[in-house]
Formats: sequence, C-alpha cells, structure tokens
Amino acid sequence: MNDPVDGPGPGPVAPDSETPAGEPGSIPGGADAGNSPAQLAEASGPDPQASLMTRITTGNGMVSVLAILLSLIVGAILIAATDERVTEASSYFFARPMDLLGAVWTSVSEAYVALFRSSIFNTQADGFANAIYPLTETLTDATPLILAGLGVALAFRASLFNIGGQGQIIVGALLAGWVGFTLDLPAGIHLILAMVAGIIGGALWGGIAGVLKARRGAHEVIVTIMLNYIALYFLLYLLTTPGFQRPGSNNPISPNIDSSAAYPLIFGSGFRLHYGFVVALAAVAFVWWLLNRSTTGFELRAVGANPLAARTAGINVSKAYITAMVVAGALAGLAGTAQISGTERALSSDIAASFGFDAITVALLGRSKPMGTLFAGLLFGALRAGGVGMQSNTGIPIDIVLVVQSFIVLFIAAPPLVQAIFRINTGKKKSKTTTARTAGTGGAA
Amino acid sequence: MKLELRGITKKFGSFTANDNIDVVVEDSQVHSLLGENGAGKSTLMNVLFGLYEATSGQVLIDDRPVSFNGPGDAMAAGIGMVHQHFMLVPVFTVAENVALGDEATKAAGILDLEATRRKIREISEQFGFHVDPDAIVEDLPVGVQQRVEIIKALVRDARILILDEPTAVLTPQETDELLSIIGQLRDNGTSVVFISHKLREVKAVSDVITVIRRGRVVGKAEPEASASELASLMVGREVNLALGKEDATPGEETFRVEHLNVVAPTGQVLLDDISFGVRQGEILAVAGVQGNGQTELTQAIMGLMDQATGRVMLEGENLLGRSVKSIINSGVGFVPEDRSTDGLVSTFTVAENLVLNQYDRAPYARGLNMRPAVINRNAEDKVEEYDIRTQSGQSNAGTLSGGNQQKVVMARELSRPLKLFIASQPTRGVDVGSVEFLHRRILAERDGGTPVLIVSTELDEVAELADRIAVLYKGSLVGIVPGDTPREVLGLMMAGSSAAEAGATPLPEATDQGSGAAAANPNQEEESGNE
Repeated sequence: MNDPVDGPGPGPVAPDSETPAGEPGSIPGGADAGNSPAQLAEASGPDPQASLMTRITTGNGMVSVLAILLSLIVGAILIAATDERVTEASSYFFARPMDLLGAVWTSVSEAYVALFRSSIFNTQADGFANAIYPLTETLTDATPLILAGLGVALAFRASLFNIGGQGQIIVGALLAGWVGFTLDLPAGIHLILAMVAGIIGGALWGGIAGVLKARRGAHEVIVTIMLNYIALYFLLYLLTTPGFQRPGSNNPISPNIDSSAAYPLIFGSGFRLHYGFVVALAAVAFVWWLLNRSTTGFELRAVGANPLAARTAGINVSKAYITAMVVAGALAGLAGTAQISGTERALSSDIAASFGFDAITVALLGRSKPMGTLFAGLLFGALRAGGVGMQSNTGIPIDIVLVVQSFIVLFIAAPPLVQAIFRINTGKKKSKTTTARTAGTGGAA
Repeated sequence: MKLELRGITKKFGSFTANDNIDVVVEDSQVHSLLGENGAGKSTLMNVLFGLYEATSGQVLIDDRPVSFNGPGDAMAAGIGMVHQHFMLVPVFTVAENVALGDEATKAAGILDLEATRRKIREISEQFGFHVDPDAIVEDLPVGVQQRVEIIKALVRDARILILDEPTAVLTPQETDELLSIIGQLRDNGTSVVFISHKLREVKAVSDVITVIRRGRVVGKAEPEASASELASLMVGREVNLALGKEDATPGEETFRVEHLNVVAPTGQVLLDDISFGVRQGEILAVAGVQGNGQTELTQAIMGLMDQATGRVMLEGENLLGRSVKSIINSGVGFVPEDRSTDGLVSTFTVAENLVLNQYDRAPYARGLNMRPAVINRNAEDKVEEYDIRTQSGQSNAGTLSGGNQQKVVMARELSRPLKLFIASQPTRGVDVGSVEFLHRRILAERDGGTPVLIVSTELDEVAELADRIAVLYKGSLVGIVPGDTPREVLGLMMAGSSAAEAGATPLPEATDQGSGAAAANPNQEEESGNE
C-alpha cells in the first residue's frame, strides 16, 4: 500500500557525505545522548516528580542569596520612602536633586548600620563584652528558629508542608514547662527530663498530623493549621487553671521554672545566650545524619521525591509520613524547650512568639537542608535581634524587618522572578521554561 | 507544500541537540525521521513547530523563508502536529476538542459547533475515519483519539502533518490502519513527517527516510533498505537484530497465579479470574493492548493492589496479602512499566537508585547507618557491568536517557538472587542498541533457571522473548499460546478473539507438572480449546 510511487527525489542508501557517520564523540557532551535537553523536556512535561513545591523547597542555593539581596534592596526603598528627611528633600527635588540622594543614603545607611550594630557587633560599645552582646542576642533568637526550622525542613524533604511548628512549639513548651515548675529534681536530671518532655510534646502534636495523613489521607497543611489553634487555646485555658497559673497572679502566666530545669547560660548572667543553642547545633548535625546517612532518612527522602517509586521499592509510605511528622514535631518541641528553659523561663500566651511561622521561612530559605537551615536561622535571628535595635536607635519601625522577611519568601517562591532580574540563564533552566511554554501553548493548539 | 529545514542548529547551553540539520520534505511525500530516543527528532520538530527557537538555520516553506513564534504561526502556515501525548480534553466531545483554540462563533459569542461537526464529518468520510463528532473523547479507543488529533490538524488546513511517535500507543491493527491513513493523506496531497524508531513501520510507510543520530543527519535511505542496515545507521554500529535465543529448557513450575481477581472500588472488574503458571527457566510473555489489565496483574503480584483476591504462589508460599517489602525480599525482581514514576526517584543519584529497594540491607546498611562507600562501589560496578551511560554514579537518575534509566532499574533488579523476575515493558522508550542488551540480560536470567514474566504491548518484543504467550483482553486471559504464534493471530486475540477463533493452537495449561489446582479448575483457554 505504501510503495513509493511518486516520492520525488529519493536519496541514496548511503551515509550522507557531508555528515560523516563515524564520529559520535565530536558533539559536546555527546557521551551520553541521554542528557539531551529534549529528553529532559520530555521527561519534565507530565513528570509528577518535578512539582512546584519540590522546586521551591529544594531549589538552588544561589536563589536564596539573591532573594536576601533583593529583599534588602526592597527594604531600603521602603526605609527611604517612609523617612521624613527624604520626603522633605524630595519636595525641592528639582532645585537641589543631590539633596534627595543624600537623604536617601543617610536614612538607608543609618538604618542598616543600626541593624548591623544591634545584631552582630556594636562598634560604638565600650569593651569587647558589650560589643559582642548583639551577636549573643542574635544566637539566642536564632536557637528556636533553627530547631523549629529543622522540623519544617525535615518534613519538607518528605514532601510534607508542616505549618504546625507553632502548635508543636507550644505543646513542647507546655510539657517542658510543667516538668520545670512542678517537679522537684536534682539539676541535670531535671533539665534532661524537661527536654524529653518538650520532645514528647512536639512529637505528639506533629505525630497527630502524620497519622491522620498516613491513615486517612487528611492534608497535613489543614490539620497542622488547626492543631496550632488547638494548642494555643489549650495553653490559654491551662494558664487560667490552678495547676498552671502563677499563684497570686491574675495574669495568664505560669510560675517560673526551677533553675535546675533551665539551660545554663553560656557566658554568665550578663548575656541571655544559653546552652539551648548548643542543642540546636547538635540537632543540625543529627538531622544531617538522619537525612543523608540513615536508612530512615533514605525512606523519607524517597517518599518525598517520589512516593510511587518508594512504594514500589517496598518502602512503607505511611510509616515514612508518620516518622517525618513525629521527628519534625520533636524538633519543634525542642524549640519550645529552648523558649521555656532558655529565654522565657515561664509559660505565657506568647511563649512561641512567631517562631513556628518564621521557621517555615527559615526552612524555605535554607532549601530544606540542615546547614542551610542553620544559616537561615542565624540570619533571621539577626534580623529579629537587629530590628529591635534599629527601631530604638533610628525610629524606623521593626515592621520593615518583617517586610524584608516576607519579601525573601516571595522571591524564593518565584525563582523565575529572581532569575529574570539577575538574568541567570543556564541551558537547563531555559529548556525548562521552554517546556512550560510548550505545555501552555500545546494545550491550546 | 514543500518544506525545507536548512542548517538547523539548536543548542541548549553547551549541549547541541540539533547540529546543522538539513531536511527537505517534498510535496505529497511521507518523510520519516528515524532515530533513537534522544537523537534530537522531537527537538527538531519543536523547532519547526515554533516551540523552540533555533540557534541558527532556516525553515523554508515552498522555498520562502518563514519564522514562527509559536504553534499558532506554524498552524497558520499549514503545519499540523500530532504529539506523542495527545493534547485533548478528555471530557469534551470530539467536536469541542476540534474547535478548541479556533472556535467558530455566532452572534454574541455563542459557540457554533455545527460548522465544526460538518467539517469533521467531511474529513471523516473522505479518509474513512469513522469518528462521531459528538462522542466524548475519553470514551474513545486510543486509536480513534489519535484520529481526532489528525482531524484537528486537517480542519485547520494543515498541508504538512507531523506525527511524533504515533504508533507507540496503538494495537498492531490500529497501527496498520494509521499507516494506510498516512498513505491516503499523501495521495491527497498532504506531506507527512513521520517520526519513529520502529524500523518496520518506517519501512512500510516512507517515501524517504532520514536517519538522525546524536543531533546530526547521519544518512538518508530508501524504504527498501534492510532493517539491519537502518538499525546500524541509527545506532552507529552493527546491530544484531535477531537475538538468536535458544529454546527454553523449562523446569519445575514454581510460580502460579490462581483465580486472581481485582475489582476497583467503583465495582469495575480490572482482572477477572486469572490463572497461569510459569516454570523455572521459562519466559511467559503477557501480550495485550495497553490498559487491558497488565498493570493490575503485575501490581497485584507485587502486593501493590489492595483489592486483589485469589492466590499468588511462589515456591509454595502465597504472596498475596504480604507487604511489598516482604515480597521483594523473598526474591522477586520487578521492573515496573513506567520507570520514571514507579521505577526510579529521578532526583536521587544513580547510586541511590541502584539500591532503592535494598538500602536497608547488608551490605548497604549496618543497622540504621547507611554505608555510602559500599553503595558507591556498587554503583561503579553496575555502571560498568550494564554500560550505563552516566557521568558518574553521583549524577541524578533524571538526567539519564530513557535507555540508561532502564538499565539502572534492570541492574538493580537482576543483581540479586531471584526466584521470580517480572518485567513490565522492559524496553519501552529504550534505544535499539540497549534493547538488544536488555533482552540478552533477560534471557540470561531465564537460562539461569528463574521463572520470568514479561509484560509487553510490543509484539516484536513478545515474539523475541516469549517461550509462551498469554494474551490479556479487558482483564481476562484470552488464552495461552506458543511463543512462535504469528503476529496476526496475536493481533486478533489482543482484540478479544479466543485462541481458537484466531486460529492459534492453545496450549494446555500446566503441561507436565500437572498441578491439582489447574486440573480442578477449567481455565478459559481450555474452554476455548473445547469449542
């Protein structure tokens, strides 16, 4: 039926003389034709593994750095825009344009210098101890951020979006605090028991979401958000009951924990920095080992990257979800312990501050990697500590810092935006975006 | 309409996907682009279709240079494309799908589907498509869906039709129908660019064949060229197409599936009372058109189907109801049909993927601690042994070509002592050179005395490997026939005819081992044999 009757110009049955057949190695990267972007493009089209969340949570570290940079620029614009001196100088912009630039420079540099002095090293302080006091404040604030951030990051790696850091911190702090101010134990043992109680509290709260996800398919985002409210209002209720409310007080605050249940201070009573920070560093090492060197971590990562392949390979997907949420919760529980046994020493409605939510940003910025989370936690600790100093020294509201933090998340969640701004364009990425275009237009075709 | 690609080069970063490619498609000509997966055929067509911008080179239509900024431009210029994965909205009717993107409207923007329906009927009649414009697309067989895609292109007055791997999803009969449709289209003045790696089809349909390897045109051939000649051009070295396998020397029947039923939660029967056995040192191939229960069969055996009932006996033990891990650990090797979703974690390294189901066992782990040194050494060995083309064991599996990904899965499953080996679509999307290699590995496993179960929708593969062939149709076993059954007969059975109707000699089930279960329960192939 298909005899080539009218096919004009049939070619010779020999290799084309212009393109010799025998040199496959002459194409760059030709050793494996498989790395062909076309192949990649084909694979990434309907590939369930390349989900948006995977890209956001485990993308390129460079994007994180650029996102921070961009956010600081946005922050600078906001600082300048809200500064009265800048507003004033702009009113006679056409008469003396340099005044405006000068005013912008003054306001932005003053703000960021104040931020630096209040978070890293105070160049104006007398004495070394006072000069590094801001750094210890940064580390103190970073401690719960790192711990809770690790919890969120670990869950991310199992492709679970753990929004419940807040609730897990609260329940962890609740149990640790109860052990701290109710039991009377020798130093050392008391602290260890408080830590264990914090771990159990957080693990329990995270585990609930894990079990509901694994057994009933309930989405962990919704469950953890709701558990946050339950934890908060449960805490508020307990703080009005005799067992928890400070005797003789009408405020919702618990008794102070025994000093035997508190983290010792690292640099003595002049500084707030406590050994909870060392626990956080140990947790970074532990999570690194868990994710990269343990069979449990292998299971979590496999389930996170491709649950179907993991299931086919005999990995128990339900168990992995539960494990991930229990460990994530335990880490957040340790963050709660750091709050109650480290900085706060008493339970109040504000025990978790906003650490549980900031932890999500920290984990995102840290690309769900333990070391990344450590550095992101330190950065956010610095912003938090520095923001206070900036407000008191220059009058710029601390909310600017919150805006900067929010912009970091925004830029991380939109990698193409950052890439477009900095014109990062490697071949791989290009083919990816082109594929997206293929999918978009192909559907309409 | 004459189409000319002149010196097309497409680079992705430092990688050259298309290197100075010249192709001329004459008016009313079927021009095949033959090449392995990843050779650059699809990239070239995406350049032509305006989806990629060429790094350099020109596209000429009727000797006039054109440039497309997207599929819209290409379609306006008379180029239509049928993608490998159909671009259809499943819940829309044929007419709605055809109209989509180019809707005719009446006053006030009301959709005018009648015009589209009329056009579909005209085209359908002209080419004998038998497509009802009001049918819902998801209810149609795959072959008909493909015709809807072709109609979509023709309605938009395409005079050059690009078909990207169009036969991958078709039955042999549907393939033959498609090839004859292509012939008709050509006779009506439409030029066709036929992209494929299947030699038989390319030879059957083409006027001219251009062979592409690693982004370059390596030769032109006439359809009269022999298959091995074409294969050698395509792969770049001599290819031995005939496997030349020796006859099986089957031993004891150690694997039996008895009365396996799978009913979906919706009540749909996915597998209907399947019974068969595989002997040691024998390959039983399960043939059938995609979606007739093959996936459910292998998943049920592997413990991945919760709703399975019946018995799956391996060396006297029932596998059904046990966990996937325990089934794997009892010595079952499994190559799933879709390596990218079920077989590999694409963001994991090759080394990690090579231990994906053995990561927690010696020697790869000691207690909770994994041993990266051992895992990496294992990767080096396997990369060497299976000739996996990767920069190193630390590359992500997702960066490998399909063939090399499949080698990773095969290497993982075949490198431990097995009591049963199951491979689903072992060579789908794998280049010709690797196919031979993988087939030899499977035969070696058979000759080592393992019962082997192969599921394949490619009849060539079934014929190549099978000692016996079981045909599935709509979840039922149509029959079990000898490995040398002609493909026409198999084609009929894959469409639901019993072995006797199709003219095959059905094999008596459980020949010499005479298992009691088989004797007590008359099987379907025996029934059909009695007819």
